Amino acid sequence: MKKILISLLFLLFGTSAYADCNIKSGSINILANDFPALRTFVETAKGCKGSADFKVTHSSEHNKIAVPALTANPSEFSARIAANSSIVPLMNQDLIRPLDDLVKKYGKGIQDSQLITIDGKIMAVAFMANTQHLYYREDVLKELGIAVPKTYEEVVAASEKIRASGKMQYPYAAAYKAGWNLAEEFVNMYIGHGGEFFKAGTAQPSINNAKGLATLNMLKKLAGLSNPDYLTHDSEAIKVEWESGNVALMTLWASRSGTLLDDDGDAKITAATKLTGPATVAGGNIPAATLWWDGFTLAKNRSDADAEATFRALAHAAANKKMVADAADQAVWLIEGFKPGPKSIGVIEAVKMKAKPYPMLPQMGLMHGALGSEIVEFLQGKESAEQALKDVEAAYMSKAKEQGFL
Amino acid sequence: MPNKTFFWFFLPTGLAMILFIGLPIISTGIQSFYAQHDQVVKEVKKCDPFGCTVSIVVDQEKTSKIREEKPLGKFNGFGTYVDRNHLAIEEIGKFWNETNTFGEFVDQVTNLPFYKALIFTLTYCLFVTPNVLLLGFIIALSLNAVTRRIRGPLIFGTILPMIVTPLVGSLVLFWMIDAEGIIGANLQMLMDDPYLSLKSSKTLTWITIIIYGIWHHSPFAFVVFYAALQTVPQEPVEAAIIDGASRWQRVRHIVLPHIYPVVTFVALISLMDNFRVFEPIIGFSAEGSAQSLSWLIYDNLVNEEVILFGSAAATSMMTIVGIAILLAPVLIRTWKEFRTAR
Repeated sequence: MKKILISLLFLLFGTSAYADCNIKSGSINILANDFPALRTFVETAKGCKGSADFKVTHSSEHNKIAVPALTANPSEFSARIAANSSIVPLMNQDLIRPLDDLVKKYGKGIQDSQLITIDGKIMAVAFMANTQHLYYREDVLKELGIAVPKTYEEVVAASEKIRASGKMQYPYAAAYKAGWNLAEEFVNMYIGHGGEFFKAGTAQPSINNAKGLATLNMLKKLAGLSNPDYLTHDSEAIKVEWESGNVALMTLWASRSGTLLDDDGDAKITAATKLTGPATVAGGNIPAATLWWDGFTLAKNRSDADAEATFRALAHAAANKKMVADAADQAVWLIEGFKPGPKSIGVIEAVKMKAKPYPMLPQMGLMHGALGSEIVEFLQGKESAEQALKDVEAAYMSKAKEQGFL
Repeated sequence: MPNKTFFWFFLPTGLAMILFIGLPIISTGIQSFYAQHDQVVKEVKKCDPFGCTVSIVVDQEKTSKIREEKPLGKFNGFGTYVDRNHLAIEEIGKFWNETNTFGEFVDQVTNLPFYKALIFTLTYCLFVTPNVLLLGFIIALSLNAVTRRIRGPLIFGTILPMIVTPLVGSLVLFWMIDAEGIIGANLQMLMDDPYLSLKSSKTLTWITIIIYGIWHHSPFAFVVFYAALQTVPQEPVEAAIIDGASRWQRVRHIVLPHIYPVVTFVALISLMDNFRVFEPIIGFSAEGSAQSLSWLIYDNLVNEEVILFGSAAATSMMTIVGIAILLAPVLIRTWKEFRTAR
């Protein structure tokens, strides 16, 4: 009995020591993508909710819900965990509020480098960085005497060698699922070629050029070395391919490294899974990858009291040294006190190699959408690269006209 | 039924239909004639953890003022309908002038998103609808002939495909046809082609979706036909047997004419359903190879980070027109029969 009492007391004190944010009222409702680091982040925020009402929706379909849910007044969510691309539609529709006052009042411990400022106003607070980079199977490469690839040309050569050895039929994998994922691969590769998506200062597309063609041809070469079902494979599907030992080289999000290197699955494969920076392409200096941040934004159409409660809870997590130390494996945290471990090599290399951030332009979402559907037929061998790029531009132009960008 | 009774009987349904179907269609129609206002953008400095850049954003002050004045957006008339992502009138004219052979022209036109989707949708309708009717009828006839004792479980088994949620049903098949799945792997063995993939080939994807469609929709036809078969009068059938009519002759001359109105009904419903084919495309992750009109609407509404209401509304309206055109022959025929019956 005494023991129970003591442990109960411990629990009570434990939680009260945790909930030092002293939030008295308000309701907190968060919309976030679904991967381990974000779950940790939101859980940490929950630890300081005090007596506020706390709800969270983790969904990989978060992009589809965000704009409608935040347009409602009052909006369904008081906060949205966004990234460079998903903050744009929120900005376009004026759905998020500036955070300057709240940062001043409650933002103790948040570093200046975490603040996303647009036109002098703080619109988001970032807490982690992400990118897509190479993963390789050390055992396979060593056995065949292949050096760790630094460029996509080397990735192609290495994959061909692995295939020729008969070890694996489809040695390469990347998330090429038609739609958002495929478009993201194009964006990465095109940036690696030094391409620009729009004519300077305008919303006129400019991808139908030699760099665009080179990008498509490289994507096709890589697709030829991937499982023939590549157009249906998203990040989760290629992760499964990797864990079944079918793949030796892969381009995947850094935020997924945690689940690849955990104790689940074949221990041999896990032990041989190694990370390296993103590859460059066509002799370029900057990697064929984009840098991403994940951060929180607050809904505009929600009461000030809710915004304050939400900010305080999330700020608690965004400046939490304990969380960063405990979950150092899950992400590359941008929070003070983070000590990068072996799982953060990808992002750190990308930053060192001066990778570009994903373009935060109001019309970029339309370009991304057009890419995702129009380059598929080229990869299937049904049309030429020139035609595919022409189609992308035409599809983009119609959409941009409808949206008033042109 | 006297017209007056019918009117009162129909009133609640009619009101609900106006409220939940009629008004939304009208609102969608209006929406389809509008586009977004011209975006007012300005150059600003943006800073994030990776550094600062000068970039553009939408100027909210000016935009919100324009939006308040005209919340529907900029009037665009049929602009959205004829643009490249829909009917593409201008592009088709250009292709006609620029291409040398008719084949080349068709290639160019079917490369446009709307026509690509239309062709898949029509192909799906044309293959699925007749096969659903045929298969449903055959199953109904066969089940009608088995002994009553095992009929119950058999009927339940037959309507299972309809009970299974479309998405789940298509996902199960999707995993089975995976290169590593039971069907996919066995096909590779049978064909002795390790590169054979049902999901990467456009034709095979279409065939898979069509077969799935037939599998999923047949139970509906079966249930209706089975019910109708119970109403076939026994006397003429027995008379025919005495006259020495074969089984096929009985079906052809007695059963079919009797359930003919039901066949029309099932054909109508089936056509309407099939024209709106959507779930299997998502379930099979077949966006790359097969797009339907409904999928285009979905794509406009959710797949882009920017929601294209005008585009989605225009495609919706054209889908309605498409269904009306498809159903016209059947409807006209029903109407004529109704008139002669009176």
